[in-house]
Amino acid sequence: MPILTVNKLTKSFGGLTAVSNVNLQIEKGELVGLIGPNGAGKTTLFNLLTGVYEPTTGDIILETEGRSRKIQGKKPYDITKEGLARTFQNIRLFKDLTVMDNVRIAMHQNIKYMMPSAFLHGIKYHSEEERLVREAEELLNIFNLTDKKQELAKNLPYGEQRHLEIARALATRPELLLLDEPAAGMNPNETAELTKTIAWIREKFGLTILLIEHDMSLVMKICERIYVLDYGMMIANGTPEEIRKNKRVIEAYLGEDVN
Amino acid sequence: MKKLFTRNALITLILMAVSFVVVEVLIQANIITAYYQITLATICINIIMAVSLNLVTGFTGQFSLGHAGFMSIGAYTCGIITVANPTVGGFLTGIVMGAVLAALAGIIIGIPTLRLKGDYLAIATLGFAEIIRIIVQTLDITGGAAGLNGVPKFTNWPWFWFFTVLTIILVNNFIHSSHGRACIAIREDEIAAEAMGINTTKYKVMAFAVGAFFAGIGGALYASTFFFLKPATFGFLKSIDYLVIVVLGGMGSITGSVVAGIFLAVVNTVLAEFTAVRMIIYAALLVVVMIFRPQGLMGSKEITFKLLQKKPQSNKQE
Repeated sequence: MPILTVNKLTKSFGGLTAVSNVNLQIEKGELVGLIGPNGAGKTTLFNLLTGVYEPTTGDIILETEGRSRKIQGKKPYDITKEGLARTFQNIRLFKDLTVMDNVRIAMHQNIKYMMPSAFLHGIKYHSEEERLVREAEELLNIFNLTDKKQELAKNLPYGEQRHLEIARALATRPELLLLDEPAAGMNPNETAELTKTIAWIREKFGLTILLIEHDMSLVMKICERIYVLDYGMMIANGTPEEIRKNKRVIEAYLGEDVN
Repeated sequence: MKKLFTRNALITLILMAVSFVVVEVLIQANIITAYYQITLATICINIIMAVSLNLVTGFTGQFSLGHAGFMSIGAYTCGIITVANPTVGGFLTGIVMGAVLAALAGIIIGIPTLRLKGDYLAIATLGFAEIIRIIVQTLDITGGAAGLNGVPKFTNWPWFWFFTVLTIILVNNFIHSSHGRACIAIREDEIAAEAMGINTTKYKVMAFAVGAFFAGIGGALYASTFFFLKPATFGFLKSIDYLVIVVLGGMGSITGSVVAGIFLAVVNTVLAEFTAVRMIIYAALLVVVMIFRPQGLMGSKEITFKLLQKKPQSNKQE
């Protein structure tokens, strides 16, 4: 059963077609990679899927929580509520807030007290806030960030900021997680570590993951299927093995040996 | 174990109670004379206005130049109601109605303008405040340009204390709730906030309405203290006055707004004796503070009594 189906998706900015007639299908539980040269339209595609941009034409169908619906044209916060979360290529943490607050903010949509309680801090407020702290700490534990929960996000080392972004995305309780270059700027050790973490959270939370990545070691190792985008068009799709051998992909993107 | 009062909240409450008693005793002993009670009133109104504006501008990051517009709605509503019904009941109705109407105006103004950002929003809120002022000036019920005269005085120190403390506690509680964090997330990064499931328009309008609500209370207290209302009082410069308090105290610091609200009211009183150079000194003081403390007196920090403990820790026990 596909969790995400994209039909003939096109996005034009004036005369420039950034994403052109793209089809894509992700099954529940899959880990899919999206690769392509710089400027191929990968992040634009992410922004379309998450509601940052509205598509010019085409359909995006999300099937989470047992129902399927079109999500194109919906607001990003509504799409997040439907179970689709993301991270950003150029880290967008709430820099001047603590690690704990970053995660708690992402949990806001599941909070079970209303405005009056927010002003009066009643019993419900206290029990819910305690739950938030507990759940946030569980998430931070996964990324070894518990000790730093009171640090400001901007004071974390780069790799931990990337981790915090994933933790924050998980805090929205997604079924489908979009990771935009999660290993960008990481050294090979950190990337190897991250590869394990991604595989692990996928198991633990029963996630479906779509990730953009330039680091081929990560993509080839963990992705079950890979989509290749070039000049806004989907030029190939298949297993890492197939992609490695695909002539068009080699021409367009890899150019050389991918090992 | 649930704790309704943390140690910090308890100390704050005690301090607030002490402030009430001390000032009350000073008034009874006539050390705070009628003249200085005006300063006291100004301090309280400053605090209410600045704390509520800080919620919009300092915490939610929406630059508003129209706060005096909401104040005028509260002031005129309370003024009109207490002129018609000069009882304590009328006064309370006036405050509540003033606050509610101001909040409604906040929602009505917020929905179209809050999609704007930064300077554009500032200009739009400025425009709306002017529209409110001109409507007030045109209506008969508000006394038009001549103003509303003879608003009965009900305010005294207990009233002021109550509404100031109420404003501080409620806004502070809001900031430390999930809804408040949603507002702060908007200030930090609007795109990321949306991606985390926060309806940014909703929370901007909410912050705007809450800010307007308390500005309405500030206006109502103003009306009841100063006897006479005229539209020009609530112009652009009034909004700037409160923005100055917020910036001076520190964007995103409630204690900063309180400290700066007190500070500027006191400075104004002290300088009242030197009419000729008053505005020069006042302005020079602001320039000096901004040069040496561009983040405001408090930055985004709060004075908390956790500072007295050894190490700052999470306020939740594990």
